[in-house]
Amino acid sequence: MRGAIELRQHRAGWAFVAPALVLIGVFFFVPVLAGLVLSFTDFDIYAIGRPSVARFVGLRNYADVLANPLFWKALGNTLYFVLLGGPLSVVTSLVAALLVSSKLTRLQGLFRSIFFMPVVTTLVAVAVVWRYLYQPEYGLANWALRAFGIRPVDWLGDPHWAMLAIILMAVWKNFGYNMLIFVAGLQGIPEELYEAAELDGASPWARFVHITLPSLGPTFLFVGVITMLGNFQLFAEPYVMTQGGPLKATTTLVMLMYEEGFRWWRMGAGAAIAFLLFVLMMAGTLLQMRLQRETRR
Amino acid sequence: MAGLALPGPLTSRAARALAVAGLVALAGCRGAGEARTTVRFWAMGREGEVVQELVRDFERENPTVRVIVQQMPWDAAHEKLLTAFVGRSTPDLAQLGNTWIPEFVALRAVEPLGPWLAGSRAVAESSYFAGIWDTNVVDGVPYGVPWYVDTRVLFYRRDLLRQAGWDSIPGGWSEWLRAMEDVKRLGRGRFAIFLPTNEYTPWIVLGMQAGSPLLRDGESRGDFSGPEYRRAAAFYLEVFRRGLAPNVAGATIANRYQEFERGTFAMYISGPWDVGEFGRRLSPAMKGAWFIATLPGPDGPASGVSSAGGSSLVLFRDSRHKREAWRLVEYLSRPEVQLRFQRLCGNLPARLEAWRDSSLANDPFARVFERQLRRVVSTPKVPEWENISKSLQDCVESMVLGHAPPDSALASLDRRVDRILEKRRWLLERERRRVAGGTAEAR
Repeated sequence: MRGAIELRQHRAGWAFVAPALVLIGVFFFVPVLAGLVLSFTDFDIYAIGRPSVARFVGLRNYADVLANPLFWKALGNTLYFVLLGGPLSVVTSLVAALLVSSKLTRLQGLFRSIFFMPVVTTLVAVAVVWRYLYQPEYGLANWALRAFGIRPVDWLGDPHWAMLAIILMAVWKNFGYNMLIFVAGLQGIPEELYEAAELDGASPWARFVHITLPSLGPTFLFVGVITMLGNFQLFAEPYVMTQGGPLKATTTLVMLMYEEGFRWWRMGAGAAIAFLLFVLMMAGTLLQMRLQRETRR
Repeated sequence: MAGLALPGPLTSRAARALAVAGLVALAGCRGAGEARTTVRFWAMGREGEVVQELVRDFERENPTVRVIVQQMPWDAAHEKLLTAFVGRSTPDLAQLGNTWIPEFVALRAVEPLGPWLAGSRAVAESSYFAGIWDTNVVDGVPYGVPWYVDTRVLFYRRDLLRQAGWDSIPGGWSEWLRAMEDVKRLGRGRFAIFLPTNEYTPWIVLGMQAGSPLLRDGESRGDFSGPEYRRAAAFYLEVFRRGLAPNVAGATIANRYQEFERGTFAMYISGPWDVGEFGRRLSPAMKGAWFIATLPGPDGPASGVSSAGGSSLVLFRDSRHKREAWRLVEYLSRPEVQLRFQRLCGNLPARLEAWRDSSLANDPFARVFERQLRRVVSTPKVPEWENISKSLQDCVESMVLGHAPPDSALASLDRRVDRILEKRRWLLERERRRVAGGTAEAR
């Protein structure tokens, strides 16, 4: 009797998740599997016209990609963006969140909206404006540098500076989103903790380090992982600002993948890059979760 | 993306027929119920806009044909056409940049035009610039009819050149280099010429001028370390080495028109579209102070070849209205329609007859273009060409900006090109073996 009920419940449960499972299966697992198979072939423009000329090449796409100096260059650029842009973005968002949540701040809603505005602005419009800011002769960025007596920089034209310029723009564009998550996290911290600490004579800094930061632990994990995943997939910013130049200084892995797959129509090589990126992102996520667990102990 | 009126990639043949029937029914509202054939025509950018006007006249001449022109932005056109091909929803005819033709031939997406041309009195190879026509022919088979043409010429500051003691742009590389030196010495302009490293066409053109085939062995391997291309590279690297051209990527010169007017540089290689742009963007005082010239060549003017650019009209294999589509191609190829098209959007006509019209024959700019168009060479017609030219651009950037030694940079470019062409070599080899196997069997 009980078994039958359990079975019925089981069935009902499956029936409820089935639509979602089918959708995920059809629109996620099947394409991913197809992509994996694709990455073991040399599917290219000739094969689009005549599928019979696609060859199974085993791991050659992977070997080719790993032997391509451009892949390592793109990997370096991507890691530069992830390792510098990620923390910078998280810190900026946290500071912004603290500022807009502070009891001393008036018009909190207004500031939140203002800080959030870049997130909802079209990237292309943002890129156009930032290209003006970065213009070497007449741009605002160099005008500011000159005002401080610093030698101006060819932001988007100099391979040494281009990626940094993209990072600054991307941080500005995206910090609002993480800020909102931090604001929510801050609101979840019980006020009593701060009051108790204040009674015990803890300085604002001590309160921040011993109450705010630890309480935000899960938020940090979420923000960190989401930011990292997004940063690994950096594409649109350099695509509209620099097209990957100068001297490939802003070519990222996703950009390389896009070029291989949709510009040169070497779908096999493009798929191989996608899976390498997937492995990297997986490793990054696991590492962050591990670190988070370590620090909590 | 495929447009509301067009069937999506997954619709069955029946649904497609229904959709077409629906369109015909809609169109038939004003006709007397007689069935009209719908021809779908995809065209790019400004061309797609102005061609609508020409098409209306075509419809008046051919009351049984209705043409739907779909306009695509240039940036998205290539991808959209390929997606349409994969989704089996290509139009009946389209405008293709003529350098894209080999790609669509490799895809087997476009119709060989041999039989159509043989039966046509309106379109014949002899009424086109030879170099332009050639871009439409892959392995001896024509696939496109040139619609409009373009090529690169040298824009220059007549006043600055005159100040430097040169009446016109000389025809040979060595004199050209001397003229650049003299212009630079004016002091007013800090450089003589602007050669942006992120535009690859000049690097290809200079190589072709030096006689480089660019690819060798049946276009299956790179030939950039061959003596001809090395000669071209030596020349343009010398231009940079002497400081005659700013060694910066194109984006760094914020406004090339402004800098041209200031005299930062006095020469610039560009195409017909810039004649209008220069006219619009330079101040009125500059009128008459600049002009264009055919490109100098390494061994005098005859070797001053340039790129064979422009757009062609192609039919798609999957089309079921090829006859009507071909009639539209013939219509758009008429000299008088070509001239109207030129007046509407400024694109240079492909038909030689059109160039005899007084509006072009008396235009000094058009005359320079006509002379250059008689000396244009097609780039290798392999579908990988864009990828190869992008690799060449990277190589030039590394030589000019990164100061890589030319011999090793060009050798490594060849290795990269050989890797890109690996599949093509395999296909050629397979073809050869099949032919050999076929004759063995016959024996």
